[in-house]
Amino acid sequence: MTNLNININQVELTETVGNIFADNAKMSIRDANVFYGDKQAIHNVSLDLAKNQVTALIGPSGCGKSTFLRCLNRMNDTIDICRVSGQLMLDGEDIYAKGLDPVLLRARVGMVFQKPNPFPKSIYDNVAYGARIHGLTNSKAELDEIVESSLQKAGLFNEVKDRLKDPGTGLSGGQQQRLCIARTIAVSPEVILMDEPASALDPIATAIIEELIDELKEKYTIAIVTHSMQQAARVSQHTAYFHMGKLVEMGKTEDIFTRPTHKLTENYITGRFG
Amino acid sequence: MTNSTTNNTSSTIKTAKPSTQKSTKVNNTMSSTTEKVALSLKKRHQKENRFKAFGLFSVLFGFMLVVILLGDITSKALPAFHQHWVKLDINYQGDWLGIDERLSGYELTKQLKGANFRAVLKNSIYPMFVDEQTPKLSRRDKRAVFKLFSTNGEFTIRDALLASPEDFNQTVSIWIKLDDDVDVYLKEGFALGEAGLRINEKQAHWVAKLQREQRIESRFNVGFFTASDSREPELAGVRGALTGTLLTMFVTILLSFPLGVAGALYLEEFAPKNRITDLIEININNLAAVPSIVFGLLGLAVIINVFGLPRSAPLVGGIVLTLMTLPTIIIASRAAIKAVPPSIREAALGLGASKMQVTFSHVLPQAMPGIITGAIIGIAQALGETAPLLMIGMVAFIVDVPTSIVDSATVLPVQIFLWADSPERAFLAKNSAAILVLLTLLLVINVTATVLRSKFEKK
Repeated sequence: MTNLNININQVELTETVGNIFADNAKMSIRDANVFYGDKQAIHNVSLDLAKNQVTALIGPSGCGKSTFLRCLNRMNDTIDICRVSGQLMLDGEDIYAKGLDPVLLRARVGMVFQKPNPFPKSIYDNVAYGARIHGLTNSKAELDEIVESSLQKAGLFNEVKDRLKDPGTGLSGGQQQRLCIARTIAVSPEVILMDEPASALDPIATAIIEELIDELKEKYTIAIVTHSMQQAARVSQHTAYFHMGKLVEMGKTEDIFTRPTHKLTENYITGRFG
Repeated sequence: MTNSTTNNTSSTIKTAKPSTQKSTKVNNTMSSTTEKVALSLKKRHQKENRFKAFGLFSVLFGFMLVVILLGDITSKALPAFHQHWVKLDINYQGDWLGIDERLSGYELTKQLKGANFRAVLKNSIYPMFVDEQTPKLSRRDKRAVFKLFSTNGEFTIRDALLASPEDFNQTVSIWIKLDDDVDVYLKEGFALGEAGLRINEKQAHWVAKLQREQRIESRFNVGFFTASDSREPELAGVRGALTGTLLTMFVTILLSFPLGVAGALYLEEFAPKNRITDLIEININNLAAVPSIVFGLLGLAVIINVFGLPRSAPLVGGIVLTLMTLPTIIIASRAAIKAVPPSIREAALGLGASKMQVTFSHVLPQAMPGIITGAIIGIAQALGETAPLLMIGMVAFIVDVPTSIVDSATVLPVQIFLWADSPERAFLAKNSAAILVLLTLLLVINVTATVLRSKFEKK
């Protein structure tokens, strides 16, 4: 099943090893292929995102993990040359179905980006924006309630409660990222996709974010792309290892990090390349 | 100083690693690098200093030109802001007016409207100029005397009498404007016989006499701002042209800003990137380079002749200037929209905002400062535009102040062009004053834009 004498540049992958299935799948992806023009970025990836658990996507730069993540809420739609095929299901519903509006999908599958990107508006407006555009509230009091609870869930409320009118861009990097998480939570999505949410942050801010992710999984299904193997080990229950657009291995996080089956996975997590 | 540092560094390196041959080699290359860098440093600094000096020179040169231009215009314009008036003793005699002396009340006012005030003016002033030098005025003298005063003198005295009909059959002192030639003579202080002087020795003598009697007074020229164009320089003002400019700009801003911004937003955010949009983009860039008079021809051929909109109207002028301004606004707006970081769009899209919501609540506010800057460049260009307006008839001699966008009107740049074409010397100052008014208008628009922009930037 695996080829143990590998030159990583000439590796031929045919099948994913490990277990891609989850008992309680929130999202299931089968044979996803992504093309940028003529170039194929993702080859036949199948995996499940277990409900109320954190799935980490790891792999060397350019392996397609971010591309894959962005397919899950159709953020790739904005790129003209990008084409996605395969079955991508959210609660058994095809998210690329013809009648499905990506706006509705993105309200259910939120996203936190690599670089904190608060809107150049007040902290309050940042968090309230999603609720406002979707018309989730009927009154100012309800909106206040959503803003406060979202900020609280993101662990930011105590730091900013006295300056909700200040611009969100004036916060520190770690606070900005938590603000972005609060903004995502405010829409009450079912799935949160995180694209290297801590890569621009210092270790202390990273630790806070990781703790937050751990708490958030009680309510949300989370997929996180990360470059840090320690982070993946700390926050996730499942880990998927990508290599050159293919899903090499997937399984329980503890298994992947203690007993990787595939040589490529082993090389990557032991730091031999990547 | 540079040299000593270089030596120090190299010697430290040498003493630090004296043992192996390899390190000496590294050493050599390192010290030679330092030396080479040190050598080239002087040249690089020289280059930088040369460029800085050149940049400073160009800034100062540009500043100097602006100062010279403004100084020249202002100094030439100043005389236009005041004007000489003369006090005349007017005798409203019934027989000069050609109406019955016994009339009064409503009947009098009615008759006064058609009365012969020119005769009153003439008969009142001729005696003032009889002295030992000219005991009796000849016909020529009379004409010369009459020419000293503005042609609207008779209307001034008519209005004065209509305002207070009780002065009928009385002699009262009334201030009227002097003719522009006398005005220029008094302002510029010509020596008699000098070229360009349009009054003769006798007239100069009479003016001196009026001055001796303290009948001449220099006043602030209110008429310059309240009157419209006139053939007589002492009566001409900028109000008509200024109103025309404001109306035209109103139409231009109202059309070009929303159209330009909508076009730019569509092309940047919504339009598919294909050959057709490429073609559109190339053509917009080409339009920006089309000579403005061509837009004027288009306005004449299509807007006036095909659609039948009125000639000389600010509406048509505004449409033509919109055509001219649109490419500038679209190009600047597209650049500003492109500069909005994609992360902001992604953040909003990721929350489930629709494209429309992303565009209007994030992209547009962020791009607004840049869009306003572009719009101001375009509108300032339109404000100073003359050529296309000539083609659509806004060059006509229009005495009435326009009251709507379909009235006949002219604009300030065209007014300046018209006055520059006039032979009367007094128009020189008027012209510079009109330029000052135009520049002030430009300044007002720019300041407004800057205030608006900083408001958007704060948000």
